[in-house]
Amino acid sequence: MFDLKNITPSAWVGLIVTGLFVFSAIFAPWIAPYGKAQIVGGVWEPMSSQYWLGTDNLGRDLLSRMIYGARTTVFIAAMATALSFSLGAILGFAAAVTGGWFDTIMSRLVDLLMAIPTLIFGLVVLSVLPSTVLTLILVMGILDSTRVYRLSRAVAVDINVMDYVEAAKLRGEGMGWIIFREILPNALSPLVSELGLRFIYAVLFLSALSFLGLGVQPPEADWGGMVKENKEGIVFGIPAALIPAAAIAALAISVNLVADWVLNRTTSLKGGRG
Amino acid sequence: MGSPILKLIAQRIALGILLLLAVSVLIFAGTQILPGDVAQAILGQSATPEALANLREELGLNQPAIVRYFQWLGGVVTGDFGTAMTSRQDIATAIGGRLWNTLFLAFWAAAVSVPLAIILGLLAVRYRNGPVDKAISGFALASTSLPEFFVGYLLVFFFAVKLQWFPGISTVYDGMPFLERMRAIALPATALTLVVLAHMMRMTRAAILNVMQSAYIETAELKGLSQLDIIRRHAFPNAIAPIVNVVMLNLAFLVVGVVVIEVIFVYPGMGQYLVDHVTKRDVPVVQAVGLIFAAVYIGLNIIADIAAIVANPRLRHPK
Amino acid sequence: MAKAAVKKQHDGKLLEVRDLKIEATVYPPGEDPKDVTIVHGVSLTLERGKVLGLIGESGAGKSTIGLSSMAYGRGGVRITGGEVVLNGRDILKAGRGGIRKIRGREVCYVAQSAAAAFNPAHKLMDQVVEATVEHGTATRAEAEKRARALFRKLSLPDPDNIGNRYPHQVSGGQLQRVMTAMALCSEPDLIVFDEPTTALDVTTQIDVLAAIKDAIRDTGVAALYITHDLAVVAQVADQIMVLRHGKLVEWGDTRQIIKEPRQEYTNKLVSVHEIEHQEKTPGASPVLSVQNVTASYGGGMDVLKNVSVDIYPGQTLAVVGESGSGKSTLARAITGLLPPRNGSIAFNGRTLSNALRERTRDDLRELQMIYQMADVAMNPRQTVATIIGRPLEFYFNMRGRERDAAVAELLDKIEMGKGFADRYPAELSGGQKQRVCIARALAAKPKLIICDEVTSALDPLVAHGILRLLLDLQAEEDVAYLFITHDLATVKSIADSIAVMYRGEVVRYGSKSEVLAPPFDDYTDLLLSSVPEMEIGWLEKAIGGRRMASAGN
Repeated sequence: MFDLKNITPSAWVGLIVTGLFVFSAIFAPWIAPYGKAQIVGGVWEPMSSQYWLGTDNLGRDLLSRMIYGARTTVFIAAMATALSFSLGAILGFAAAVTGGWFDTIMSRLVDLLMAIPTLIFGLVVLSVLPSTVLTLILVMGILDSTRVYRLSRAVAVDINVMDYVEAAKLRGEGMGWIIFREILPNALSPLVSELGLRFIYAVLFLSALSFLGLGVQPPEADWGGMVKENKEGIVFGIPAALIPAAAIAALAISVNLVADWVLNRTTSLKGGRG
Repeated sequence: MGSPILKLIAQRIALGILLLLAVSVLIFAGTQILPGDVAQAILGQSATPEALANLREELGLNQPAIVRYFQWLGGVVTGDFGTAMTSRQDIATAIGGRLWNTLFLAFWAAAVSVPLAIILGLLAVRYRNGPVDKAISGFALASTSLPEFFVGYLLVFFFAVKLQWFPGISTVYDGMPFLERMRAIALPATALTLVVLAHMMRMTRAAILNVMQSAYIETAELKGLSQLDIIRRHAFPNAIAPIVNVVMLNLAFLVVGVVVIEVIFVYPGMGQYLVDHVTKRDVPVVQAVGLIFAAVYIGLNIIADIAAIVANPRLRHPK
Repeated sequence: MAKAAVKKQHDGKLLEVRDLKIEATVYPPGEDPKDVTIVHGVSLTLERGKVLGLIGESGAGKSTIGLSSMAYGRGGVRITGGEVVLNGRDILKAGRGGIRKIRGREVCYVAQSAAAAFNPAHKLMDQVVEATVEHGTATRAEAEKRARALFRKLSLPDPDNIGNRYPHQVSGGQLQRVMTAMALCSEPDLIVFDEPTTALDVTTQIDVLAAIKDAIRDTGVAALYITHDLAVVAQVADQIMVLRHGKLVEWGDTRQIIKEPRQEYTNKLVSVHEIEHQEKTPGASPVLSVQNVTASYGGGMDVLKNVSVDIYPGQTLAVVGESGSGKSTLARAITGLLPPRNGSIAFNGRTLSNALRERTRDDLRELQMIYQMADVAMNPRQTVATIIGRPLEFYFNMRGRERDAAVAELLDKIEMGKGFADRYPAELSGGQKQRVCIARALAAKPKLIICDEVTSALDPLVAHGILRLLLDLQAEEDVAYLFITHDLATVKSIADSIAVMYRGEVVRYGSKSEVLAPPFDDYTDLLLSSVPEMEIGWLEKAIGGRRMASAGN
């Protein structure tokens, strides 16, 4: 779909950094120098050749925890994005193409869910549900699917009124052909770029929850939780909490760069090759 | 004129109230999906059946959910949010001072960020595609990706710990002198400003650009008007509605951003109160605070819609 | 008005454009941006009080040249060479402030879409007098008085109060006249009219055109009149300049251009309307019979009222009407997209179900449709081969080589080579796109094709080619057409029978010769007399002989 030579420098940066994070997430046990909960030294030791990023509030190697943290953060965010995307896109497309009562009910329901800020609603639900990985994925995925629903429905509604879709309907084509052959190929580029944005949002949302102590529970490592664990150090001038926070920012920015490039590239095509 | 527009506004407000009611149902229902119940949660797994039954009786848990909902709702509309389970405090009293603190913080963040965002947005449009615009867009792209706590702790690390200009923990108390209070909220307000600024700026830029690309701007240009007159007379009246819309949406973001910022700076506001009680699983408090946040959020959205209605000449001057 | 009289005495050159070169940066998909030249060294002169028509197809550079007289380039267009001398000085060298003093004072502009060109937030009067007051040529009170006089001259209703209205409270035709008043208000030396009547219905166009012509004559202003319609410009212009691909083709007096064109291209433009089409007599039984059909959208007002028409095999029924006449709704009712509330439709001797989903596959196949906007009628992600091949797969179960051969044959029929099979719609020209849509319809081997304004988005010469193709295909395939259009010239070229629609009703129906022969009903008379003819003095004759006010005003 994409030529290598058309990748812009900023998209390259984004791709490489994202790739690096994903790589460490997948191969965490093999590349981390120490175990994720292993206490290896003193509390908040500075960066050294032995502990590249220093140690944390309990004397664990920060780099190892960062690598394992990448695993938790990327995994949960990816799963939540996958859930929100499949749920939102399928329901959004179906609502746009079928219309009628299904569309009305779904759209009002989504309006309602979106009337509450996501973080607040997440907190309300997590006040009664246990903070397990599964709950987190479900809560994040379902809440975020409202955004995907809105976008996919809007995109599909726009395409659905095009003359070429009408021509297919007049030809007598079935629902399957209309959704998968007429609408989907034309809806792909905004959706792909949205996928990146939803993933960023999931990373930020998860990190915020973990930072507030309601996300991933210790001793499991995740970046937001690591900020929480090490935040007391800040007042002593120990920057340990800033490292996972910066990692979150770096991941989010690089995915953003890639998403931006995908959007620019595919919208400039206006259909046709690509 | 006037009446159709008043009707539309009334409709919008009525819709908002309806939405808020539906949200209250949702929040109430959201706290009922607990496996087991609140009593179980408070007393833990080892509680005796008698103790559980007593607590259920006390909390009114024996009644059906729908009855409890209407009791709760009846309380809320009369300003009675019930009592906190953990501290046995009256929730409305506890919220009073904190709500004021949160609004104080949010107000100053908005007071800085709104004019700044509009000015920067205008600059970006004025020097479109130039280095200023590119820098502003780049900054905006980066800062929409930054988590609130990254911004927050970076500020603490440099301005509170290294330079020691401002306190890293924002303690406020009743009767605190105004200037001291401002010094206390300097860092959280800055952090909040940075969190919403970029987004607001980007959206302002898009809104103004959209207006500037209209055919009537070309007409004005071909009348020989100066750039300033074009913006003042032709772009501005049409840009008000989209800008107000942008501002309101971002204030809504700001209200949510407050939660994390308050925790970072240990600021005694609604956000901290909410997080504390989510951790303690204190359902009545969570319901109350969640509803207030949602009400503020919905309220700001209504204002945005009303601004759009009022600014629309087609609605103001019907055929 | 005293000042205008003084101005008129200065005879001689008002505007002189020398060797104008205009460039723009384009961003072709998948390639680096590059500069293209859109105007290649065009020169023109315009004398005071004269009207020069700039004519050409889309991409000819006519609007760009027109706007250069205001030293303005739209959307990243740059004037890179030449001189634009207005009132004796080169305005390209006037600088920002200098140009500002010229715009709105010496040169004014009338846009194609007045609806978009007026600021929705201000009253019309404020906008009409703005330039006059800004440049200090008159006080606000004087300017308003002048504006009201202009409103009267342009025959706007309620000229004393129309200025208090907002743009959305006024109809399109009126708005176009208010914009003309706005341009005239500051008593400029030159007005640039950029397709001022193109977006209007034909019966409205004639009023606006007449108003503009009178106003030009009475105020003695000079004008550049930009349009793609030679018949329109022949009514108002003293001289005509024919442009193509940013180059001058021919420039001469109006009479010479339309009567004795010297260039091949001009000749084609002049003779484009004429296709001799022999009317066929109706056959024994119609292929499609619409009986007393009434339809409305969502239970609202009836947009089709008791419509009955027949179409005979291998013949063409043209449905003519202006916007809002219900002609496209008729197509939607026949195709089943909008099930009629009353009445019945018989196709091929059997009654069609009202709703689309209850129709048999053969009914769907034998009734095809071609749309106005070919570029949105084709999926941009499918190749020409897929677009044309799909009906073959779907209706005839053709696969692989058999289908490819059939696609090649169809491409041949629409006079396009096999090489187009792998192209995407974005890689085709407007005319080629419409041809592919025709091939897609033909692939189903239909008995009837509904053609909904299929030529109205195309340049005249391209449209002409499409009409010829449709006629040839009809002779070969014996397919019937339901041809929906607002353009009576097209109707004469293609129809065997005609139905004239007005506000949802068929007001006149019969064979072409009957419908186009007197005595006429009032609406048909209005419609026929409103179609511009390429003849000097037609406008005055047409306005003089009207029996009914224009339909849309």
